[in-house]
Amino acid sequence: MASALRVYGLLAWTWIRAAAQYPVSMVLLALGTAVVTGLDLAAIALMFSRVPRIAGYSAPEVMFLYATSGLSFALAEIVLGTAERLGQHVRRGTLDAMLVRPVSPLIQVATEEFSPRRMGKLIPTATVLILVLPRLDVTWTPLRVLLVPMMIISGFVMFAALWVLTAAVQFVLIDGHQATKAVTYGGGFLTQYPLGIFGRDFVRGLTFVIPLAFVNWEPSLYVFGRADPLGLPTPVRFASPLVAAALCGVAALAWRAGLRHYRSTGS
Amino acid sequence: MIELDNVTKSFVVRRRAGRLRRTRTVVLACEGISFTVGAGEFVGYLGPNGAGKSTTIKMLTGILTPSSGSVRVAGLDPSRQRTTLARRIGVVFGQRTTLWWDLPLRDSLALVRHLYRIDAHDHRRRLAALIDLLDLGPFLDTPVRQLSLGQRMRGDLTAALLHDPELLVLDEPTIGLDVVTKATVRGFLAELNAERGTTVLLTTHDLGDIERLCRRVMIIDHGRLAYDGGLDRLRAMADAERMLVVDLERPGPPVEVPGVRFVRADGPRQWLAIGSGVNAATVVADVAARYEVADISLREPDIEDVVARLYRSGLPAPAPSADGRVGSTGW
Repeated sequence: MASALRVYGLLAWTWIRAAAQYPVSMVLLALGTAVVTGLDLAAIALMFSRVPRIAGYSAPEVMFLYATSGLSFALAEIVLGTAERLGQHVRRGTLDAMLVRPVSPLIQVATEEFSPRRMGKLIPTATVLILVLPRLDVTWTPLRVLLVPMMIISGFVMFAALWVLTAAVQFVLIDGHQATKAVTYGGGFLTQYPLGIFGRDFVRGLTFVIPLAFVNWEPSLYVFGRADPLGLPTPVRFASPLVAAALCGVAALAWRAGLRHYRSTGS
Repeated sequence: MIELDNVTKSFVVRRRAGRLRRTRTVVLACEGISFTVGAGEFVGYLGPNGAGKSTTIKMLTGILTPSSGSVRVAGLDPSRQRTTLARRIGVVFGQRTTLWWDLPLRDSLALVRHLYRIDAHDHRRRLAALIDLLDLGPFLDTPVRQLSLGQRMRGDLTAALLHDPELLVLDEPTIGLDVVTKATVRGFLAELNAERGTTVLLTTHDLGDIERLCRRVMIIDHGRLAYDGGLDRLRAMADAERMLVVDLERPGPPVEVPGVRFVRADGPRQWLAIGSGVNAATVVADVAARYEVADISLREPDIEDVVARLYRSGLPAPAPSADGRVGSTGW
């Protein structure tokens, strides 16, 4: 694990150095990414300029959900976003070149074209989080404070696992990259909103099937001091790390299975 | 260095038959292939398109897992110990680059250093040597996508050799290269094998590669190993005919002398095949005595004809694999 992180860092650094040969374009692209990411935020702000609450949730609450989900998602996208290109590598045969190198193809795909531009996504979400924390109408107990970094880290791990899963699927569905985008980007989009505004069955699906409710929704309910609309017991609010670990396990198994499939069938 | 024992690889191919029905057919890409390559050998691996060359290469390098049989490369099982093996072998695919398309060659080679965790000092030393040998200097800072095919191939060779592998596997390394680059690459490979003792296995359609480089040839056809031995024996085995090219003073009927077979004519020029065991000198004398000859030349069969004949006529039973082997010297 440590050596994998080290190799990841070295490869990412080599890509950054290559990108740094065009510093102006690097900065502009990062800013552009930041602006585009901030557009969702503008939409939310626009809504709250008309109404004080949406489905019973206040503006700071919605902003908090937006920021925690956005931060987790941006972190995962920075680290593993290019994993969705796996299908392309299978199709072009460049995966073979990765397989003859002594480093996991997942690391090779993920670090590909690693650029500081990816950091652009962090700017709007981190800013919103810092601004919204003091505006939340909650009594900050140590547990609540602790839940904030926990949900961001768990959310990051869950999105990362989702990215690996969607990459694994592309070993079989080589052209599935648009479909798998729906899962990663769709998940990132959904968790930006209070799940309470969606239908109950939909939320059940997001809790028990694709456990996106654990990215920020469940822990946030505790932070806000709200009851769970699904009526799940209190310990569930703290289950995010466990769910993240389980999702990682599933992703690892899927990746191995996908790679095994590729190596027995070829492209 | 390489040991294959009764290796078979089959693929299941699903084809659409009708609207929803699909038929499954099992395709045997490699069937019961066995061979051994000793350290320091230089082996050519030939076969028509789709014969199973690339599949074999992919099994040797751990990209594909064999359906049955055992593969050992450098004492390792490629499919189980792929990443360990990767540090000890170099692989070049002629058809596609292993470099990063958008990075300058220099940065691609820096990435290779981190992938293989090559010591910085060793890397600098080997890179300098390879830059010198393959003349990479002029295009080190050019993005790989802008390199010519020949430049890219030299870059790929460098990337595959920076970690000083014991075995170099090349899949069609000279495909599409111009004559000069081909010569550079061949010279480089010959030197690598002779001086560093690196074992080389290359697949090719270019028989020039084989004649220039390989002491041993293996031919695969329809997934089976059809020949394994030296070049000379391959020539003899195919019973290739020498060709007498006769330029007559004026076009005429086919030349008839004992021991030759008329092949074709083009104006005054005629091609005559000399049967095996026939003395060419006698034939030349006979032709010169009976016809008005402007010029005459004798052509030895080149390996291309030999292989073409072999592919066409179906191959004889596999030769024992130890035969024609140069041996485990060179280390």
